[in-house]
Parts: sequence; structure tokens; C-alpha cells
Amino acid sequence: MFPIPIQKRPLINQISYRVLIPISLLIWLIPLIGIMLTSIRGLGDIAQGNLWGVPSEFLLFSNLKDVFQNTPMLSYIMNSFKITIPTMIGAVALSCMTGFALASYRFKANLFIFFTFIAGNFVPFQILMIPVRDLTYQMGLYDTVTGLVLFHVAFQTGFCTLFMRNFIKALPNELFEAARIDGTSEFNIFLKIVLPLTRPAIAALSVLIFTFIWNDFFWATVLIQGHHAMPITAGLKSLNGQWISAYHLLSAGSIMAAIPPVIMFFLMQKHFIAGLTLGASKG
Amino acid sequence: MPSSTQIPYRKSSWWKLNQQRLTPWIFLFPGLVLFLVYVIWPIFNSLYISLLQWDGLSPAIYVGFSNYIELLDDEYFYISLINNIKWLIFFMLAVPIGLGLAIFLNQTIFGIRLIKSLFFFPFVISQVVIGIIFAWFYNPRGVIGPFLEAIGLGNYAILADEDFATYGIIFAGIYPQIAYCMILYLTGLNNLNTDQIEAGRMDGAKGFSLFKNIILPQLRPATFLAIVVTVIGSLRSFDMVAIMTQGGPWGSTNVLAYYMFETALSEYGYRMGYGSAIAAVLFTIMMFYILFFIYRMYQSEKKGL
Repeated sequence: MFPIPIQKRPLINQISYRVLIPISLLIWLIPLIGIMLTSIRGLGDIAQGNLWGVPSEFLLFSNLKDVFQNTPMLSYIMNSFKITIPTMIGAVALSCMTGFALASYRFKANLFIFFTFIAGNFVPFQILMIPVRDLTYQMGLYDTVTGLVLFHVAFQTGFCTLFMRNFIKALPNELFEAARIDGTSEFNIFLKIVLPLTRPAIAALSVLIFTFIWNDFFWATVLIQGHHAMPITAGLKSLNGQWISAYHLLSAGSIMAAIPPVIMFFLMQKHFIAGLTLGASKG
Repeated sequence: MPSSTQIPYRKSSWWKLNQQRLTPWIFLFPGLVLFLVYVIWPIFNSLYISLLQWDGLSPAIYVGFSNYIELLDDEYFYISLINNIKWLIFFMLAVPIGLGLAIFLNQTIFGIRLIKSLFFFPFVISQVVIGIIFAWFYNPRGVIGPFLEAIGLGNYAILADEDFATYGIIFAGIYPQIAYCMILYLTGLNNLNTDQIEAGRMDGAKGFSLFKNIILPQLRPATFLAIVVTVIGSLRSFDMVAIMTQGGPWGSTNVLAYYMFETALSEYGYRMGYGSAIAAVLFTIMMFYILFFIYRMYQSEKKGL
């Protein structure tokens, strides 16, 4: 164990550690606490500069009502779901297949294809921007949820393949061999043996992709123009321009944008962290 | 391929013989095609577009390397490039700070799991939201401005200051990145080899020497990953700039990622060729890291086979 467990330290250290933890947490979360406090406030507090004191009125619900009534916030949120969920399903499904193919079969191009997926995954978005926008335009999918989803699925397949391939590779090979000797077809090996075993990987990837796509801003800006298909990140940006000093409303909107990934994270914490830290503990 | 005259039995035996060889390609097909169309082909297409003069609508004119030559004289290109370097350097601080936080939090006291999750929070939230929060913090009528005024330092808006605005954005960008590095190191610390540590302690190693000689080498995979994601994060610094300053004041906070977008798709004109040339520069920088990463993976693959 490193560092030495605090329980083995002198009492004075133990007490100061326990005091220090909540204080440091409070400091660390100042930005988030600030936005939560602001979302409760009314215009009066903002104008008077009462930003850290006790809110003079509790207006969270009226602020939220304001946001939902006067902006397309509801439609932004719905669009975010319409973009995020199909992408999650698509990328995970495709990468189960590509990951299986790359992990369980030896063929000449195997490593080359695998490294192509990895390299593509790290590429800066800007090098893809113009051709992808053009392609989407030519398919008649510019400014639509479908166009954005298609791109997201394709791009995320790179990362998911890396993940899935390594996960399936770590499964005991004897399982497949035994099934093959029994005459199980390759498709059934995939369906009946591999898929059930990859459930933890599927869970991890699903939460990760959900968060990545929910938080995507760049591609939403490049491939979407109108409010009808805009996800919440791009929507917030456009509200940011309109509400220069209405920070209480902007805060309420920001919280709406933050809630779904936060819930997802808390529900699936173990999987989320396992996915994100893949490779952090071994070569 | 079997011809249509073959009887079903023969067909299935042909399939049985070649099943092993064909299955991977069938499984690869949909994912690989989509990836080639949307990710691999666009890279080469962009490199080609960078040789054109093109507004996206009228016919493109082939101009050779003149976009790149123009870059050499573009003041804003240099500002962006230098800002990218600043991002890269300061972003690296997220790695040691994340390590420090991880060590600080690697205890087993009541509620520590929840505390770790709360420390991780900033990474889960969209950069757009983080950017909005920090822009408000920096706003003269927001948080830091009034505070400075109250202690008599006068009102100061960092995002309006040509010389320091970039640092203000980097500071905001680093915040979630620290959380990411922290979680990588927490996982690393969790998987330390206890025997080695105990042996080290027996030999009298403690404090910094124990950390340097025994802990840090064991954390190498975590460090490697933390550096990779931090470098990539710093070069993808689009969101924060777009939200907080849109490259201003006077282009002083531009980075290549944002400058490219601005040149190709904004009111400054639709200069697809020039934008692609900027993207190509960014791509080249990133390619070093990608190749390094792949080389390392290739080495470990060879060991594994």
C-alpha cells in the first residue's frame, strides 16, 4: 500500500487528514458549486453581485421553467438523446464484431487493420472536418441527426475496436478451440461464447461512448446548423451568446446539460472507470 | 467463389473449408468500411484539398503548395502555433498534479469512494459547461473581477487581456484533465506490487526515495497513458477556445484547431484549401505521437505473440 495507510499514522495526522479531505474537495469543486448556487438565484442577486452568499430567493424551478419556456432547451436535450443513444448502440455493436475478428483470427492484415483503427482514433478532428462535412452534405444528411450519428458511429468504432479487441484477446483461447472441436460454427462461437463474456466490456464502452457523444461540441457545430437537430452542447453555446448577463439562466441550462452524464457515471461508475483506465495498470 | 450450379451440399462444404479464413472479414466488413469512409479517406482527401484554392462551392483550382507558403507569412498562424505549444507545456502539469491528488486520496477512510468520484466530476461534464463556468468566473462582473476589486487590485478581466487570455483558457482546460490523470493514477496505485513496497521499506527506503525508486517505476503504464491522453487533449483544445473567447481578443487565443475552423467555416470566408493546410500541420504534429504510441503497442504485441 502506498502511501502508508493513514490509520497507521499518529492520531494528529489522522485528524488533520480527515479535516483536509472535505476542505480540499470544497476547493476543487468551487466552479461546480458556483454554478449550482447561481442556478438558484434570481436576477436581483446577480445584479447586486451576491454570488457566494446565501441566495436571497430560491428560484431554481422558476429559472428552469424560464429556460424551458423561452428556449428550445427541451428540443436540445431530446436531440442529444437522439444522437447519443443510437451512436452508443451502433459503435458498440460494430466493435464487438471488429474486435472479435481482430482478436480471434490470425491473418496477414490483422495487425495493420488494428493499428489503422488506433491511428484513426487519435487523429485531430480538423483533418476530417471538410471531407466529412462535404460527404454528409452530398448524402443529403447535413443538418440532420442521422448525419451526425453516422459519423459518430464510424469514428467511435476506432476506439471501441481497440478496447474490444484487447478485451476479447484476454479471454482464454481454449474456450474457442474446444467449441471448434465440438463443431460449433464461427458465428455461434461469436454469439454464444464471446458475446456473453464481453458483457463487462460492452457496459464499459456504453457509458464511455454515452459521455463522449453527449459532451461532443465540435461535430455538432460542423454538421448541424439549425435548432431542430442541435444537441445541448451546441445549444448552450448559442444561448451563451444571447444571455450575456443572464447567468442564472445559463447556469440552469448548464446543469441540465451536465445531469445525464453525471447520472450515467454514478450508475455505472465501476464500468466507467474500468473503461477509462484500461491499460493503466499493465503494459 | 462457388458457382451457382453447385449443389447445396458442396456449397456448405466449401463454406466449412473456408469458414476460418472468411469469418474475420465478414465480421470486419461493416465497421471497417464505415471507418475507411468517414475517417481514413477524409485524411487523404484533406491533404489533397490543402493543395487547392476552393470555397466549397465553385470549381476548385489546383494551386500546389501555395497555401503552405502563405501560412509561412501568416501572423495568426504563428500565434496559433505558439499557443498550441503553450497548451502542450502547461497541460503537462495535469500529469504530476493528478499523481499528487491520487496519492493524497489513496486511503481507506469512510466515504472515500464518494470523495474520489466527486473529485472525478469535472471530467464527466461537458467542456462547454466548464468553459461557460470559467468564462463567468473571469468576467469582470463575475467572480474574480469583483474579488480583485474588493481587495484593491482593480478590476481585471483576464480573457480580455491579449497577453494572458490564453493562460486563462488553459487553466480552465486543465481542470478536467487533472481529474482524468488522477483516475489513471488511482488505478495504478491500486495495482501496485505490495511485496516490492514492503521489501523496499524493509531496506529502509521511505518517503521520496521509496516513491522514486519503487513506486514511480511501477506506475509507468499509468504515466504513459496519462501523457498520451494529455498531449492529445491539449492539441484538441477546440471547445474551450470556441466557448470562452472564439480566438479573441484580436486572435491572441487562437490555436490551430480553432483557427482552422475559423478559416474554413466562418464569416472570415470559406477557405477550404487554406483551412486544410492548417489541419495538415496539426495532423503532422499529432502524427508523431500517434506513431510513437503505435510503436509501443507494436512492441508489446510482439512480446505477446
